Amino acid sequence: MSSLPDLVCPAGSLPALKAAIDHGADAVYLGYKNDTNARNFAGLNFDAKTMAEGIRYAHAKGREVLMAINTFAQAGRVADWQKAVDGAVDQGVDAIILADVGLLDYARRRHPQQRLHLSVQGSATSYEAINFCQREFGIRRAVLPRVLTLAQVEHVIKNTTVEIEVFGFGSLCVMNEGRCWLSSYACGESPNTVGACSPAKYVKWDKQPQHMDTRLNGILIDRFGNDEPAGYPTLCKGRFEVQGETYYALEEPTSLNVLAILPEIIKIGVRAIKVEGRQRSPTYVAQVTRTLRAALDALNEGGERYHVKPAWQAELAKVSEGSQATLGAYNRPWR
Amino acid sequence: MSDFTIPKFRLPGFVATLGQKLPQWPHGLALVAGLNAALKMKLLPESELAALEDKIFRVQVLDTGGTAHFTYRGGLFRPVFRLEREPDLAFAANLSAFLQLLARQEDPDTLFFKRELEITGDTELGLMVKNMLDAIEWPSMPKLPLLTR
Repeated sequence: MSSLPDLVCPAGSLPALKAAIDHGADAVYLGYKNDTNARNFAGLNFDAKTMAEGIRYAHAKGREVLMAINTFAQAGRVADWQKAVDGAVDQGVDAIILADVGLLDYARRRHPQQRLHLSVQGSATSYEAINFCQREFGIRRAVLPRVLTLAQVEHVIKNTTVEIEVFGFGSLCVMNEGRCWLSSYACGESPNTVGACSPAKYVKWDKQPQHMDTRLNGILIDRFGNDEPAGYPTLCKGRFEVQGETYYALEEPTSLNVLAILPEIIKIGVRAIKVEGRQRSPTYVAQVTRTLRAALDALNEGGERYHVKPAWQAELAKVSEGSQATLGAYNRPWR
Repeated sequence: MSDFTIPKFRLPGFVATLGQKLPQWPHGLALVAGLNAALKMKLLPESELAALEDKIFRVQVLDTGGTAHFTYRGGLFRPVFRLEREPDLAFAANLSAFLQLLARQEDPDTLFFKRELEITGDTELGLMVKNMLDAIEWPSMPKLPLLTR
């Protein structure tokens, strides 16, 4: 058995950060309260003061803080993104997670000692792309988009010395990560431009006696019966009429859950496992972190006897978006 | 660490029927008193509070039939007894869901996905309020089983 990968958990607030650390995260990732990160939602994220406190809390317990600056610098405002990079370095984060090659270049030149990770939003799915970023910007880790099979992840790992991080749990979308403009199609704003998919100001939950309508910038994207589970209001998870049939034409609301293939993920040499959900509450962070921690520790103690406990699955199923969890692309027979 | 958890429950229908006939102002006063106590302890961030100014909120407990309206004005939460327009933001859920949220036993998105929590009105305001409540660092409270879980 290879050594255990780091468990990297989301922190949208200070209580969420503490929940992650207290329940066994090896690292947390977080962002500033602005559009330099892809979870730029009202009331979420950190200012310099709360971030300093979060870093102190994590470091006191020997855990790492990774800072996501994972949106793309917008024309005329590049300085805002550079300032975020400088701020992260000043505050002493353990690594900065970047997607924009211009910013990677800036960070590399300006702060050569700073550890850099390539964000999932950087959309690097091949070892060639990852090795390019290592050669040019000195990245130490790359977060893989959720589109690769396990065999493909293994192929990447075998052909690079860059650490590989993969997603282990959380809401799925169409996963055209870093290249998705669906949200902009409906409302003119998307993660790459404003740091938010389907910004809340465009979302309307319209409760009717028999159903609830979800509208994104006035466009009806889904209608839920009263007992039907709901999902996030994104275009990719809407139901649309296609050739006379109304169904999830792009992607059904669903969550990734890798508990069943955790031994394989470790065996192929994945260095870190990431949990999605900076927009979720400290309660979610605690629930998911403690479950994955328990699974990883169980593997560490007796790899061959590892089996997924029903209690772990139940805990993760409860907090999942959509009524189902999948292994996503990891076990897809086709590529 | 206590194993005490708030179960999901639904009060029988007659409770709501009865509850709707009772005066609604006590809920409003209790809720507003709680929020103002949090203000006094400086638990709520000022930058976000500014966005609440003059907004009208409704909290509806479906299975008790209780409804409270309140607003935030001039640095204080105040009950609204006479509603002159529709609220800007409305939360509706059964009592057990509200208790699970307050005890941080369940995540609001989870309850929303499961259709146990309804959020209607200004969605961005709703998200901000949700995130503001999530970001509260409760000071060391007495070790109630609900809060230590």
